[in-house]
Amino acid sequence: MSGENWQSFLTFAFFIALMFVSGFYCLLITRNMLRIIIALELLIKAVTLLVIAVGFYTGMVGLSQSLVITIIVIEVAIVAVAGGIALRVFRYNDNLDVRRLRNLRG
Amino acid sequence: MPSLLILIPLFGIILLNLPIRKISMRMAFWFAVFVFFAQILIAIFHYPVFWAQDARFIHFFHVGLAVDYLGVIMLLCIGIVSLASLLVGRYTIFDEKERFRFINLLMIAGIGMNGVVMVRDIFSMYVFLEVMAVATFVLIAFNKDIESLEGSFKYIVLSAVATVLMLTAIALFLFISAGTTFSAIRDGLAQYGKSRVIIFAVGLFICGIFIKGGFVPFHGWLPDAYTSAPSSISVLLAGIVAKVAGVYTLLRLVASVFGFDGRVKTVLLIIGALSVIIGALAALRQKNMKRMLAYSSISQMGYIVLGLGAGSGLGIVGAIFHIFNHAIFKSLLFVNAAAVERQVGTNNMNKMGGISSRMPVTGVTSLIGMLSTCGLPPFAGFWSKLIIVVALWQSADYVYAAIAVLASVITLAYFLSMQRRVFFGELAKGMDDLKEANFGISLSAIVLAFITTGVGILFPAVFTKLILPAKDIFIR
Amino acid sequence: MDINLVLLILMMISTLWTVMCRSLIKATIGLAVTSAILTAIMFRLNSALAAVFELSVCTGLITVVFVSTISLTKPLTHKEIEELSKARHKRFGYLPIVIALAAAAIYFLKIPNDFSDSSSMAIRSQGIPEDVCIVLWNFRKLDLFAQIMLIIAGSLGVATLFEERKIDEW
Repeated sequence: MSGENWQSFLTFAFFIALMFVSGFYCLLITRNMLRIIIALELLIKAVTLLVIAVGFYTGMVGLSQSLVITIIVIEVAIVAVAGGIALRVFRYNDNLDVRRLRNLRG
Repeated sequence: MPSLLILIPLFGIILLNLPIRKISMRMAFWFAVFVFFAQILIAIFHYPVFWAQDARFIHFFHVGLAVDYLGVIMLLCIGIVSLASLLVGRYTIFDEKERFRFINLLMIAGIGMNGVVMVRDIFSMYVFLEVMAVATFVLIAFNKDIESLEGSFKYIVLSAVATVLMLTAIALFLFISAGTTFSAIRDGLAQYGKSRVIIFAVGLFICGIFIKGGFVPFHGWLPDAYTSAPSSISVLLAGIVAKVAGVYTLLRLVASVFGFDGRVKTVLLIIGALSVIIGALAALRQKNMKRMLAYSSISQMGYIVLGLGAGSGLGIVGAIFHIFNHAIFKSLLFVNAAAVERQVGTNNMNKMGGISSRMPVTGVTSLIGMLSTCGLPPFAGFWSKLIIVVALWQSADYVYAAIAVLASVITLAYFLSMQRRVFFGELAKGMDDLKEANFGISLSAIVLAFITTGVGILFPAVFTKLILPAKDIFIR
Repeated sequence: MDINLVLLILMMISTLWTVMCRSLIKATIGLAVTSAILTAIMFRLNSALAAVFELSVCTGLITVVFVSTISLTKPLTHKEIEELSKARHKRFGYLPIVIALAAAAIYFLKIPNDFSDSSSMAIRSQGIPEDVCIVLWNFRKLDLFAQIMLIIAGSLGVATLFEERKIDEW
């Protein structure tokens, strides 16, 4: 890969890394279950962008798009199941505080 | 036609879910029994016609699937543990509609696991891991009480983090290889292996695998998930899910893609030793039977990674043998825990005592499982632990060999304590009308105990014929 | 290239808004906006099919799922929760500082270009066609199969989670 292409890729990598940082920050700090799911979504979007960027800069656009399509389906499945669990927890506890889920200590 | 192993359950699920209600509920159980039993038979008897490339009418997947010797052993383990989990589930889940869903989800998990052990492509392996994980998320939360939901949610979050790490690594691998197959990545690594970006990617992927497999220090989800899941799912999780997701992927990648260089070996040895010690020490303090077994699982998986980290052919053979043994004896112990939980009604070991007098089958099989786990002869666990320790000694990792032996002693300590508290001694209050567990649960316990004893006693024959050929799968 | 940079900065801003917003619904809208900008970037990187997928599924479906889940979990005593969340939310204010520090750290991390061996890369990537449909069908059939399994597992899972037991739960 030529030097110029590498520099443009590094720009993408810079912003993707920042997205990772904000996603992990949100994941660690938040107390609401739904916000945890949003943070996971942000992380997966960052990875999607990384796959597309790598695919573009190495010329393998077909392969990277196929991978991304599968990743999106995985994302939907995870969000559906996690959202269902959050709803169920809400029906038990009447709120979505993760710190309240401390039944399994010890 | 290895693809039959993933196609037939899918067609079964589709057929079962068609709106012909009356027959399908009962047929579901027998269909699942047939599928897993067929898988066990195929794996044991190696019909050469089966393992050849797909016949022309089912050549749909012929680019992707291949089964070598390690794959055969894994398929055998998957079949046995899934069958045990199915039997336990049949007798512990009471509602018919729920049981139907349970069987469907179990078959999906089975498809996912079969897919993981049969593919030769890193991204497909990851996707089948996700199939297995999604089915497992739902299965852990199956009872829908607050503890199961909590355990499942923790597992989802950590699994998603592992997903992100693994996908980042795969994206970076695309720089050096023209596809995502194992051979393409291996060639790419051969050329660009010194690059810091690629080393970072390899590290990320291995961290992702450690999280999915529940090794220390990424094991936060494991005790909660194992404890709060329904008993049949604990059998599945401990017996095969953690192994396929954690150890099999490590084995396959280190053998076929990354190669055995010094840094990888060091990382494996350290993580293995940490898991072995911390798992064993934590298990000593537990009052809940399933939680203790969960920490014990972490410890035993550490043994497998230590065997892999030894780096020699003998170490790898020991690791594979321990995978098989652990699948058998850990499932046996969890089946016993299921029986105890069902009959006694609690998991708190302080409230139990003297159960062995009322539940003899459970008591005896639990004793066999315990002896095998601690590595006492003549049971199978003794041989695999011995091989791992010898392999570590031979490759001059004396400290790790000593750690392995020390952890065996701690294992003996906590298991003896459990046996004394739960099964022997005086009958606790309120347990006078305790009966033996159901037929299905007892049957699986007896069969599993039989297997672990038989493999231990017949060890020389088993070893040379069945396990040693697995050495050939690795790149020299 | 310039437009890419602008789009990336916009995506970063909407990500920050998603994380730091106090109300969950606004955070979900922020997520949808991030998705939309991601779609635009993907279009510019020659990945049209994946961009359409991302737009329809992530911006559309997942936002709908989130909004319905949020509306089903609205807390009962509105005012108390608002007070509590204002106090808690101060911690999120540190995010811009963390981002600024991380940006500075990453900017000065020089990552060398180890892949300047362009000839071999071009030869290797000639084997894979550019058209996504051909790649998906010929090379990635297993992934398609796994997607079917995922969808079945997801729908079975949601059905299981939402089923009420006939027995009294209390």
